[in-house]
Amino acid sequence: MTRAKVTAPGLKRRLGWAGLLAWATLGLPGISAADDVNSTGLAVTEDTVKVGILHSITGTMAISETGSVQAEKLAIEQINAQGGVLGRKIEYIQEDGASDWPTFAEKARKLLVNDKVATVFGCWTSASRKAVLPVFEQYNGMLYYPTFYEGLEQSPNVIYTGQEATQQILASIDWVVKEKGAKTFYLLGSDYIWPRTSNKIARKHIEKKGLKVVGEEYYPLGHTQFNSVINKIKLRKPDVIFASVVGGSNVAFYKQLKAAGIDLTKEKPLLLTISVTEDEILGIGGENVEGAYASMKYFQSLDNPNNEAFVKAFKERWGDDIVIGDVTQAAYLGPWLWKAAVEKAGSFDVDKIREVFPGIELKTAPEGYVRIHENHHLWSKARIGQAQKDGQYKVVYETEDLMEPDPFPEGYK
Amino acid sequence: MFADYSMPELMSIFAMQGFAGLSLFSIFVLMALGLAIIFGQMGVINMAHGEFMILGAYTTYLTAGLFENVMPGLYGIYFFVAMFLAFIASALLGMLVEWLMIRHLYHRPLDTLLATWGLSLILQQAYRSIFGAREVGVSLPDWMMGSIAVTDLVEIPINGLIVMVLTLVIATLVYLLMFRSGWGRQVRAVVQNRPMAEAVGIDTGKVDRITFALGCGIAGVAGAAFTMIGSTGPTSGQLYIVDTFLVVVFGGAQSLLGTIASAFTISQAQSTMEFFLSGSMAKVLTLLVVVGILMLRPQGLFALKVRR
Repeated sequence: MTRAKVTAPGLKRRLGWAGLLAWATLGLPGISAADDVNSTGLAVTEDTVKVGILHSITGTMAISETGSVQAEKLAIEQINAQGGVLGRKIEYIQEDGASDWPTFAEKARKLLVNDKVATVFGCWTSASRKAVLPVFEQYNGMLYYPTFYEGLEQSPNVIYTGQEATQQILASIDWVVKEKGAKTFYLLGSDYIWPRTSNKIARKHIEKKGLKVVGEEYYPLGHTQFNSVINKIKLRKPDVIFASVVGGSNVAFYKQLKAAGIDLTKEKPLLLTISVTEDEILGIGGENVEGAYASMKYFQSLDNPNNEAFVKAFKERWGDDIVIGDVTQAAYLGPWLWKAAVEKAGSFDVDKIREVFPGIELKTAPEGYVRIHENHHLWSKARIGQAQKDGQYKVVYETEDLMEPDPFPEGYK
Repeated sequence: MFADYSMPELMSIFAMQGFAGLSLFSIFVLMALGLAIIFGQMGVINMAHGEFMILGAYTTYLTAGLFENVMPGLYGIYFFVAMFLAFIASALLGMLVEWLMIRHLYHRPLDTLLATWGLSLILQQAYRSIFGAREVGVSLPDWMMGSIAVTDLVEIPINGLIVMVLTLVIATLVYLLMFRSGWGRQVRAVVQNRPMAEAVGIDTGKVDRITFALGCGIAGVAGAAFTMIGSTGPTSGQLYIVDTFLVVVFGGAQSLLGTIASAFTISQAQSTMEFFLSGSMAKVLTLLVVVGILMLRPQGLFALKVRR
């Protein structure tokens, strides 16, 4: 491309107003640098780069998404303190998805089209991710999505920093079968796509081992009466309750379980959950969930130097009494992975970054070590923790190697 | 569907499901009583009912914190103090709301619906700003958790029993207040014929305010009771509001007895069906039955017979 022939309107289209301003103030040499690192008109200047944060800070999901916002801001501040990305300080524009899926799509469009952000960190529920997906694909944006989710998706415009379903489920079922001698399972979840898909994967894995599922049941979101299902569990006497109840329902479920005389510390039945992080325990109360096992990839109590530094920094920034759950840590990975990819590509261009994604690694992740797979998910370890009375998990098991992400397991294609 | 179970197991099923149904019934009554008073006696559709409950729940949360830090020795009884404070807090807020907003809208029922809905949004955001977006839970004193084992299958949860007793006490108090006191007579007079009540010297404005405050106060007590079974967040009230309206409308808006009968029907139907079907299907079937009955009897189960 010959720089001399570019006319002013063409420049504007390519660089955006911010770029044009930089050109006007700094003179022509300014373009050449901006041109290499940014050929698609993103909001990148000589010393700043704009990114978007898109979570619900109002509405019913605000409870869950607050931690993610805090983690992303902390990561951005830490990166800036180290000198930013390609010498540019990160400036974030935060938008509120308001727990409403069309709002998420509208705000995503605003961030990509009006603000020209280089990347977006955001979304929490699968519904919000599905709502913004077409927008990211249309405008070729890049979303870093932090939540563990059901899989069955792989977009060129999303990096999934949480576990997909097989990473969360397979290892944990293997573990209860091997270590606890479990033979029968009762699957219980909230009634929407994530628990249903998770239980489908779980059931398949259980039955492949020749073991038995003695019940599978779903309750509407927000349900608070679990007496009937608890009675059923008592009668069918499963070895394991496999729970994927979400949100406020959790509190009702665990309180009623305890009130009905099922003491989880006795492990008869044993309870294995894939939905209760340290965040949820705050609402449930440690004494009500004590003894339950959770399958996640991160627990606040993980004992490694990365995590020690992370927990310390997080508490210094957001307060001493805060807890950090699995998704919060995954959200923290987003900005760091983006930084690593940008620096490897030497450019903010989404297409150039996408090419270098496979193999991007993060040795400083609080969960240990992660690497981006060709399918845009992360290689990471699966871990099992046992809930303690103080609301923390004690890690009782972790896979030896990183687990390969498999968003399209056999039989679901 | 019965073949999988042995005879003693079947007996236990019925005992436990019966109890589950009864505790659901108590919760429904507790939720719906306040709304029925406001809706039935004043004709105001209070969309912010759930938020009044949550105010009671947050009051309980604060009281629990206070007892834990200041007088841990009395923690075993904090719940009763909390319930009383929850009533006061919600009733006071109700009185304020009535004075600021509702009394100007008595002749415009649809506007009260919109106004109280707006109020519910304001309250939700206020809770979020004050208490934070995360859900909070209160820990119960040890004697209130756990269960009484009747046989090795049948276990009666203690907090379920407490909710039942509480419901009984409150229902009795409301009955005495509405049908055995001078004030109750005034309320009923205002409901039946407002101009005539005014003519005989009843201060209808004051009656309205106290009725509204009473309804809200009972919602606050219900909210306090819910901390035993669920968590408290800014939007938790929304979880209960649909069931609450269902119970009140199904029972017949103007009849307190109807509310109780309807709570009983819905709760028993739901808990029985939940046992044999999945949770979501039970809810669907319950709603279908209610819709069907309301099509045949639009006025609800019990309707006040008045000559028009």
